[in-house]
Amino acid sequence: MESDIKLIDDNGKRLDGRSPDELRKIKIEAGVLHRAEGSCYLEWGGNKVMAAVYGPREALPRHTQNPLRAIVNARYNMAAFSVDDRKRPGPDRRSREISKVISEALEKVILLEKFPRASIDVNIEVLNAEAGTRCAGLTAAGVALADAGIPLKDIPVACAAGKIDGHVVLDLGKEEDNFGDADLPIAISPRTNEILLLQMDGHLTVEEFDKALEMAINGCHVASDIQKKAIMDKYQNAPEVK
Amino acid sequence: MTITPSIKRDYLSKLAEQGKRADGRTFNEFREIEIETGLFSKAEGSARVKIGNTQVIAGIKILIGTPYPDTPESGVMTTAAELIPMASPDFEAGPPRENAIELARVVDRGIRESKIIEVDKLCLEPGEAIWMVFIDIHIIDFDGNLFDASSLAALAALHNAVIPIERSRPDLEKLREKFPSVKKYLEEHPTDYPLPLKEPPISCTSVKYNNVIMIDPALDEEEIAEARLTVATDKNGDIRAMQKGLNGSFTVEEIKKVIKASIDNGIKIREELYKSVGK
Repeated sequence: MESDIKLIDDNGKRLDGRSPDELRKIKIEAGVLHRAEGSCYLEWGGNKVMAAVYGPREALPRHTQNPLRAIVNARYNMAAFSVDDRKRPGPDRRSREISKVISEALEKVILLEKFPRASIDVNIEVLNAEAGTRCAGLTAAGVALADAGIPLKDIPVACAAGKIDGHVVLDLGKEEDNFGDADLPIAISPRTNEILLLQMDGHLTVEEFDKALEMAINGCHVASDIQKKAIMDKYQNAPEVK
Repeated sequence: MTITPSIKRDYLSKLAEQGKRADGRTFNEFREIEIETGLFSKAEGSARVKIGNTQVIAGIKILIGTPYPDTPESGVMTTAAELIPMASPDFEAGPPRENAIELARVVDRGIRESKIIEVDKLCLEPGEAIWMVFIDIHIIDFDGNLFDASSLAALAALHNAVIPIERSRPDLEKLREKFPSVKKYLEEHPTDYPLPLKEPPISCTSVKYNNVIMIDPALDEEEIAEARLTVATDKNGDIRAMQKGLNGSFTVEEIKKVIKASIDNGIKIREELYKSVGK
């Protein structure tokens, strides 16, 4: 999109003062809900999301069951008050698509074969949206799955890179997302660096893509450390269950 | 409905005979209440309310709209509630069911009929432009008594809400060129200002089972309840709204007892509400 806004100043600083390879501030808290089996509250810059996990439990309706493995039902939902103009409650095409790609990303890291005919339900609620909600949501979902004690090969984590004013940068903010040249959200399994989710829109050369991907993977590792710390914080000093 | 309630019913009934509740409260005691406001930047007002383990988030959006033909000089408010699957293993995704609709309507009525929002002050140009107030309630953790938690969250969010002059500036400028009254309005209100509100009534819900009555039912108590009564009281201790639910009944004495307990607890909850919004 064309715009007169200058997204990077002469010193290489971005609108919010970040350097090109700097993430916004991330805050994660595990186990914030009483009823859900696992839950997580996450703030990523201006994004505020909550994730809750139920299951494994019998997949319903029955025809959705897979006799060989569990299915993952992620449901990404934006609160009506999470955006500038009120969003009509309920799923739309955008949220259905995001729910699908997140479900598929999570399926790769969960030991699904342990739970035939079951479903693992992951609810992601976006309470305040400011660019990068799918990455924030998936990262919160990873923590909630671990908190629920679902057997995982790894804790999935997501982060985006993009291009603004011709520069490749990490973790696009609000204006950068609106007026930037490209956005590349990815999710990885941080232990192996396998890519679980990848979307791209905009325009990148092959060199720029390589750089953006590397940058996003590095960003994922930073977020991954914060995820692990949140889980440690909850369980390290938890009272012993007798 | 699950099969557990019959086991729970015996246990809770036995406790009730000894004058006790499962979580150690007395019959006239609310669970601990926590209220936080101003959580989200995109919402014009927001609040999170915890009553024990029940947790509810309310967000307010205020947008410019057109008035209904029969009330051309009055603002509009609507309330929606979502029982999202996050809150309980029994909630399903999809369009709001009976329960969510009843909940939204009871909360909506409590706010609308008590005229807390001064809708006549939300007119920009009669018949043309008004402020619309959307109250959206998200139940995120369900452990009983959604009526009280949702009303309180809506009230706290409303007290936190501002009329978004800055955010609506482009639309307001267009209206100003067309209508002299909008010009005057903008001179009087050059920037964001608090949503005009009156004294709110506070609602308290009680349930009855096995001939005992207790206030603020937890989920287990709610599941075995035979009758339910919600009473909203105002600052002066007057009654402003009531709703009875479920197929059990109350005697006149019982109703009087419930009203007394609702007034007593209403005073405490009102203090919590004002403290949380810095009033």
